[in-house]
Amino acid sequence: MVVMDPSGDIASQQAQLIVVSTLLMLLVIVPVIFLTFFFAWRYRQNNTEATYDPEWDHSTKLELVIWGAPLLIIIALGLITWISTHKLDPYRPLDRIDAERSIPEGVEPMTVEVVSLDWKWLFIYPEQGVASVNELVTPIDVPIRFQLTSARAMNSFYIPALAGQIYTMPGMRTTLNAVINETGTFKGFSANYSGAGFSHMNFEYHGVSDGDFEEWVNKVRSNGGTLDRDEYQELEKPSEKDPVSYYGMVAPDLYHAIVNRCVEEGSVCMDEMMSHHSHSKQASADTITPNFCLAESQPGTAVNTPSPFIQETENAR
Amino acid sequence: MQDNTDLTTLIFGRLTWESIPYHEPILVATFIAVAIGGIAVLGAMTYYKFWGTLWRDWITSIDHKKIGIMYVILGLVMLLRGFADALMMRGQQAMAFGESTGYLPPEHYDQIFTAHGVIMIFFVAMPLVTGLMNYIVPLQIGARDVAFPFLNNFSFWMTTFGAMLTMISLFIGEFAKTGWLAYPPLSGILGSPGVGVDYYIWSLQIAGIGTLLSGVNLIVTIVKMRAPGMSLMKMPVFTWTALCTNVLIVAAFPVLTAVLGMLSMDRMLGTHFFTNDMGGNMMMYVNLIWIWGHPEVYILILPAFGIFSEVVATFCRKRLFGYTSMVYATVVITILSYLVWLHHFFTMGSGASVNSFFGITTMIISIPTGAKIFNWLFTMYRGRIRFELPMMWTISFMITFVIGGMTGVLLAVPSADFVLHNSLFLIAHFHNVIIGGVLFGMFAGINFWFPKAFGFKLDTYWGKWSFWLWTIGFYVAFMPLYVLGLMGVTRRLSQFADPSLQIWFQVAAFGAVLILGGILTFIIQLVVSFRRREALKDVTGDPWEGRTLEWSTSSPPPEYNFAFTPVVHDTDAWADMKKHGYERPKDNFVPIHMPKNTGAGFILAAMSFVCGFALIWHMWPLAWLSFGAIVISAIVHTFNYNRDYHIPVEEVVRVEDERTRLLDGYA
Amino acid sequence: MPDMTTTTAGTNKVLPSTHFYVREHHPEQGTLLGFWLYLMSDCLIFASLFATYAVLGQSFAGGPSGKEIFELPLVALNTGFLLISSITYGFAMLEMQRKRVNATLLWLAVTGLLGAGFIGLELYEFTHLINEGYGPQRSGFLTAFFALVGTHGLHVTFGIIWLITLMIQVKRFGLTTENGRRLMCLSMFWHFLDVVWIGVFTFVYLMGVL
Repeated sequence: MVVMDPSGDIASQQAQLIVVSTLLMLLVIVPVIFLTFFFAWRYRQNNTEATYDPEWDHSTKLELVIWGAPLLIIIALGLITWISTHKLDPYRPLDRIDAERSIPEGVEPMTVEVVSLDWKWLFIYPEQGVASVNELVTPIDVPIRFQLTSARAMNSFYIPALAGQIYTMPGMRTTLNAVINETGTFKGFSANYSGAGFSHMNFEYHGVSDGDFEEWVNKVRSNGGTLDRDEYQELEKPSEKDPVSYYGMVAPDLYHAIVNRCVEEGSVCMDEMMSHHSHSKQASADTITPNFCLAESQPGTAVNTPSPFIQETENAR
Repeated sequence: MQDNTDLTTLIFGRLTWESIPYHEPILVATFIAVAIGGIAVLGAMTYYKFWGTLWRDWITSIDHKKIGIMYVILGLVMLLRGFADALMMRGQQAMAFGESTGYLPPEHYDQIFTAHGVIMIFFVAMPLVTGLMNYIVPLQIGARDVAFPFLNNFSFWMTTFGAMLTMISLFIGEFAKTGWLAYPPLSGILGSPGVGVDYYIWSLQIAGIGTLLSGVNLIVTIVKMRAPGMSLMKMPVFTWTALCTNVLIVAAFPVLTAVLGMLSMDRMLGTHFFTNDMGGNMMMYVNLIWIWGHPEVYILILPAFGIFSEVVATFCRKRLFGYTSMVYATVVITILSYLVWLHHFFTMGSGASVNSFFGITTMIISIPTGAKIFNWLFTMYRGRIRFELPMMWTISFMITFVIGGMTGVLLAVPSADFVLHNSLFLIAHFHNVIIGGVLFGMFAGINFWFPKAFGFKLDTYWGKWSFWLWTIGFYVAFMPLYVLGLMGVTRRLSQFADPSLQIWFQVAAFGAVLILGGILTFIIQLVVSFRRREALKDVTGDPWEGRTLEWSTSSPPPEYNFAFTPVVHDTDAWADMKKHGYERPKDNFVPIHMPKNTGAGFILAAMSFVCGFALIWHMWPLAWLSFGAIVISAIVHTFNYNRDYHIPVEEVVRVEDERTRLLDGYA
Repeated sequence: MPDMTTTTAGTNKVLPSTHFYVREHHPEQGTLLGFWLYLMSDCLIFASLFATYAVLGQSFAGGPSGKEIFELPLVALNTGFLLISSITYGFAMLEMQRKRVNATLLWLAVTGLLGAGFIGLELYEFTHLINEGYGPQRSGFLTAFFALVGTHGLHVTFGIIWLITLMIQVKRFGLTTENGRRLMCLSMFWHFLDVVWIGVFTFVYLMGVL
């Protein structure tokens, strides 16, 4: 059960959380199930020895227990929830590699830009200047920051061995911070139904050593063609069961164009479009947002402005 | 030639011969089976000259009891369709491993899981719940009908025609391939250019109007028409849950109407509510649909809670433990159900504080729910429990539901949800609460109130078969899904690469076959009970030693329910009456004021169906025509002021004397 | 659990059966409550549309903003029509209570005309915008704007159809109890639309222009 026995630190903590929460709830679930059977047997009709009290319908003490016991458990669980949700927030930069090791001084997370296409995955490595389709490779014990968006449908980026999932949406960018601690090949897929080719929207995720990663990047560089706007528009067309493919070069502004939906020649990017007609006094060209989502001007700093109706998913700006 | 095509397009819109899926063998076979079955039913109805009765006594009936029965029939018929979908999915998932692609291509499989969800929620669970509320609530509060009997008939037919619109998508065109909540952008015109999503939108819009009006109707009924003496805190718990459910309906369904309206504008007019470009925002759809969607699950479960409360008290021969806390728990759940919608999409990228807030509010709901479970438990304590069918369903519910509740709270922990969301664990969870809660509740309710509606009990032998097959079938079908979820298997997949998972799906498919047995034995139970109806007859009107007012009248109740309105002095009004030596009045009857039957509701709903169909296929002239016809018929209907009549006193005397004779014979 | 309190069992004395029923019982009329509940559900439809507008209100997608397209004087006139129509409806209700059929009809007619004026101006505004190229397809903002204002307009249109129907019914059948009840329902509907419009005017037009 990969969810309960994963290979990444974030997923491990999530698995631990499942165990703790379940145990906490079993404190009340087990007695209830036991009592149901016990009372059903004890007070069966033909057991005339059992007390029968047809008018007994109230007991303040008992009421206190039946409201109080679940309340206490929920208070405990609520605390765990609050803490774990903040600690494991996908937007939050990691502060450790695993339970024993913290992140060494000066280590910056590695960025991978993810685009869910119909029906395949595109991974862009901006620092390495390469890209791959349906194959993700990252070095172990290095914090990775995924920046995710989608071309058409809504998908969900999920590698159970690595960390929990996050939705990918067109015109928006979500973030997932994670780290893989073991080398190996793991399954990745879309966890949100996105149309006919959804069942095959899988990819292989390889956690590798630093040296192997270098090697892989070199392989991609030497093998692949160039991913520019034209090539992307070709790639973006719906297709199923695509084989793994590589791009040795990636147009530097491509990801920005994908998020802002202006890959097509002559189209206006969402972030620029917004500035034309803004009338809001405080709005300037950098901070106007297409809607209620706050956007940030520096990539990488997660926005945290909670408000019930508001998704913090960053809109492309 | 050109003109001809234009005219055809104008009249038929997108509908062409290509839209009929005659190249799909499964659908053709289904169609032939449906056609043969349909012709047989129609033929039998003609042979037995049933048409007149059908129109006069059922289709145009505004009697809440008949409408309630029709709702339940609708729910059960649609259960067969929804379950057929389930079997096909389980079959496909058990087969399609490695090289095998199974027998369903994705475009078919995707329609099936969408239809399964839509049908089970909107056209199985909702009609069953509404049907039981319709039948029982007026009887429990000592009323003669609901507040707006005509509206009740109209609501029922809107629901039914909505269901029919979903059904004909099988044979004309296609159904949505988007999942049951049709998230954009997939459900937008670019993602789904076909008619499937339009079928989805218009069948839900039509049925939704029916549901909303029925909600208004039942609230007014409960608020205004309770028997004298029945203060709010003397209302039976089922009526309380019905009240809360209908408040939820009135407060939630408009949001569904609005959001589906926006989606249809995006699709038909090219607006930009939820589109990828031009300023649309799909996250708004997800928020809005769940602002409806989460209360919806409580709309379904609360009446089931009510049924269990009635059943437990009756079959433990004891007052319900903690009536007051039961009522408060129900009200708290009603309110809280509006504060949790975001837990359906923690993974959409909300911040940690937002996610925590919604996670914790979700967990808080488990407190009143837990209190309810304990209340049933302590109703059993010091009782004298009769293990009749309704009680068996209740105990099975209590065990199953706490497990579903536990996994639900687990999913409410956002960080845990990140790994479990959209997985088969989630599927297992909500089937655990919907089957174990709502469906078991409906079976408890049907077995409990069947003798009230038809005057004879349901057969116990086949009922027990059905009970055990359903219960065991549920566990066999869904426990493997929990395991698969923890293995990281996601939902809505039609094919799998990893052959090691296959065994789990095969076990689940076997569970589905057991549930099929549960459904078949339930049908056998109905048939056997009908044939043994003399042996199972209930003359008293009170076969279970009931506690609430519905058991004080005959089974089935007369058209007017109560010859004289009861006066209530206790929560368990009928138990109180029996205890104090109540004797049924036998003379001095008076004429009874009743509403008249009318065909207006059926006609309006039928025209809405035509209008919906025309909108789906872009047959604009027909759409305008039928819409105009709806408005005009509605106006014409308001010119009919002659809507009620009096049942003459002779008729009342005849009915009541008949009952007196029966009761005397029985004694 | 020995300490559990037990309610005293009720005395089982036999009470006269008439204690348990009444011969004549007329439950309260529920139409007004029912209609009010319907209005509240309608209010939620508007709430959804307002929320939508709040979300999409800044999504101009390169198109115009509210400030550029709203003609406040026109909208002010429009608002005036609707507010006055609420008052004239009030007069109709007063006349109804005095059982004066013709005066009631007269005020209803005035209300209807004001409503028609409102719809006329709104249609003018809409066609004007669409001709400029600022139809609901232009941007998220315009989509939300047309949806909110248009839904309100549709409600007013149906209100007018209903009003005409009721006028015919009052003319033909007089101010009966039933017709009185129907007039009350339409009255609630009309005032409700007025209140919603005040929200639209403030939230969409005023705040859009400011």
